[in-house]
Amino acid sequence: MLELQDIAVRQDDFNLGANMTLPTGGRFAVIGASGSGKSTLLSLIGGFLAPDQGRILWDGQDITRMAAGNRPISTLFQHHNLFPHLNVKQNVGMGLRPDLRLDHDQQTRVAQVLDQVGLAGTADRKPAALSGGQQSRVALARVLLRARPVLLLDEPFAALGPALKAEMLGLLADIADDTNATVLMVTHDPQDARVFSPQTILVEDGRAHPPQETAPLLDNPPAGLRAYLG
Amino acid sequence: MAARLRGVISGRIVAAGLAALILGTLAAVAWQAGGLSGLGEWDWRAVRFTVWQAALSATLSAVLAVPVARALARRRFRGRGLLVTLLGAPFILPVIVAIMGLISVFGRNGALNEGLRALGLPELGIYGWQGVILAHVFFNLPLSVRLVLQGWQAIPSERFRLASSLGFTPADVARHLERPMLRAALPGVWLAVFLVCLTSFTVALALGGGPRATTVELAIYQAFRFDFDLGRAATLGLVQIGLCIAAMLAARWIAIPAGFGVGMDAGQGPVGPRGWRIWSDAAVIALAAGFLLWPLGAVLAVGVPRLPALAPDVWWAAGRSVIMAITSALLAVTMCLMLALTIARGAGRWVEAAGMLPLIASPLVLGTGLFILLRGVIGPQQMALPVTVAINAAMALPFGLRALIPAARSLQDDYGQLAASLNLTGWARLRYLTLPRLARPLGFAAGLAAALAMGDLGVITLFASDQPTLPLKLYQLMNSYRMADAAGAAVLLMTLSFALFWMFDRGGRLDA
Repeated sequence: MLELQDIAVRQDDFNLGANMTLPTGGRFAVIGASGSGKSTLLSLIGGFLAPDQGRILWDGQDITRMAAGNRPISTLFQHHNLFPHLNVKQNVGMGLRPDLRLDHDQQTRVAQVLDQVGLAGTADRKPAALSGGQQSRVALARVLLRARPVLLLDEPFAALGPALKAEMLGLLADIADDTNATVLMVTHDPQDARVFSPQTILVEDGRAHPPQETAPLLDNPPAGLRAYLG
Repeated sequence: MAARLRGVISGRIVAAGLAALILGTLAAVAWQAGGLSGLGEWDWRAVRFTVWQAALSATLSAVLAVPVARALARRRFRGRGLLVTLLGAPFILPVIVAIMGLISVFGRNGALNEGLRALGLPELGIYGWQGVILAHVFFNLPLSVRLVLQGWQAIPSERFRLASSLGFTPADVARHLERPMLRAALPGVWLAVFLVCLTSFTVALALGGGPRATTVELAIYQAFRFDFDLGRAATLGLVQIGLCIAAMLAARWIAIPAGFGVGMDAGQGPVGPRGWRIWSDAAVIALAAGFLLWPLGAVLAVGVPRLPALAPDVWWAAGRSVIMAITSALLAVTMCLMLALTIARGAGRWVEAAGMLPLIASPLVLGTGLFILLRGVIGPQQMALPVTVAINAAMALPFGLRALIPAARSLQDDYGQLAASLNLTGWARLRYLTLPRLARPLGFAAGLAAALAMGDLGVITLFASDQPTLPLKLYQLMNSYRMADAAGAAVLLMTLSFALFWMFDRGGRLDA
């Protein structure tokens, strides 16, 4: 269970407040206009931004001041999810040990997850030698390997075409099911929200609102969201 | 978190150490200084000459750069790319080698004076103020041409196409496109050259001297070495710092463009006008290339055949210099890297300012200060080589930081969060993220630092002569009029400087 208790950040003329409880295993879309604070919400949870006030709890444990890498969380960023100078095996292996001193078992597990996401045979290639879809799969393989209970997605598939994006979301749903992960997914596309997440967090007017049913929200959006969705 | 904290703190420690070293050294100089009343007429003449020659060198370089850059901007010919690359070479060319080349062309027995004699015309002397100016223009004209050429290439080619579609004459193009660009670019070019010439030592040492051609740096050397008047040397040091700070303050209002390591051949550029301008452009390019290449060619012609006959002590000096240059380069890039990473993580502006401190302290001032601080502890002979290595490393910092800070910033922006989310910290981060991503600017910075240290003839002259570096050995050979041996040593020195730069710079690109 992920809890945000009276969270507030202030940056110049930008504010974001949040107060919500997200049950384990839930899937949530995060939706809102550009600059409303969707990415800020994910940065707060992911540990890349410290709140000015409030606490973040995971299963009752306070993780507000915990370093990003120690949190029970994996993040897929919009860009730069892979190190371009490292090969696929190394990029994935980093999920187990950042110093890459992998023992035999760990190497086997790297090979297994690569196989699982359909990347067998690419272990020694650099990201630049892969297609956009394959690069996304590498990042997903690392998520699978780390098996953290919370998964944050900041539109990592935005640059992919519609068919590839649907494929990646399908793969992601499988991974989330396997690990019973709690998923927060920022998206610009209401269709993604409808397909992937029964509940949606609306970020508007400096607040991240507690999750509500996706379909009714999108069918009958409040004024601000309606203007944004068009 | 702890490892990250350690990384940030180590950069701050480097910055604090650097600030302590330089400011402490300057404090020692100030404490030793006897007050401005200690300076005589001779010293004030040196101050006036320093400012005057820097202003004249800067003006000549900037003015002469305009026609050369214009010709290079609007003409395409075989070897143009090579010529533009060569224009960057004087930056890492050892000063003493260039002086050697200028003497062999413009000196008493040089080709120019032989021609003048044959025509029955009076000879030109290279020693004195005119030699100092000549050498400064030799070094800074190529730099200025590169900077002005960047200005030309920054004008969008659509503008030139628009101009030709409107039937602009060359005069119209100059008025509407080129002169506004030059008005924006030339002050920065002028100031960049002025700053370099303000701390000129080697040129003044070899070609200047006497009442009419002594710079402040040379006066420090003379007060230190010949009169052993530390008080006067220190006072002159303060004057030198004052000059540098005044010029740096002026630089706050005038943006100085970065002249080295920028891609030079972007875009198509303007189409040159036909007619007599083709020939004038060709003549300008030929003159500039000749001015740059002839002196070096002259050194090579005499020096290459002499290489096998060089005495063992020249080779010893070369070995000593290579070791010192590599040590200095490694020291410089290590400090640069720690500073740049700390700055990229948003450290206070004082860290960046500490890295730029060497710009206000000239090598001779630092050398004098370190001598004052260390004289009770070790003798000048033991001091010479370590102090030279340390000062050369410090002097290379501003150049290295200019290359590394932007790269470190984009490393942090692009991969900082990913690294944090994977707990990639400490040595693993250095090995798997920082070093591979920064290899290019690191190699470039190390190459610059090594080449600058290899060719430096500055601080070392204050101290020893029984363990000379290669530039000092070359200077000693020149002073004893063994010009053929000197040319051989010059070829060796030039080759080693370029080779060191090439090796490090290349090393940084191996992975690409």
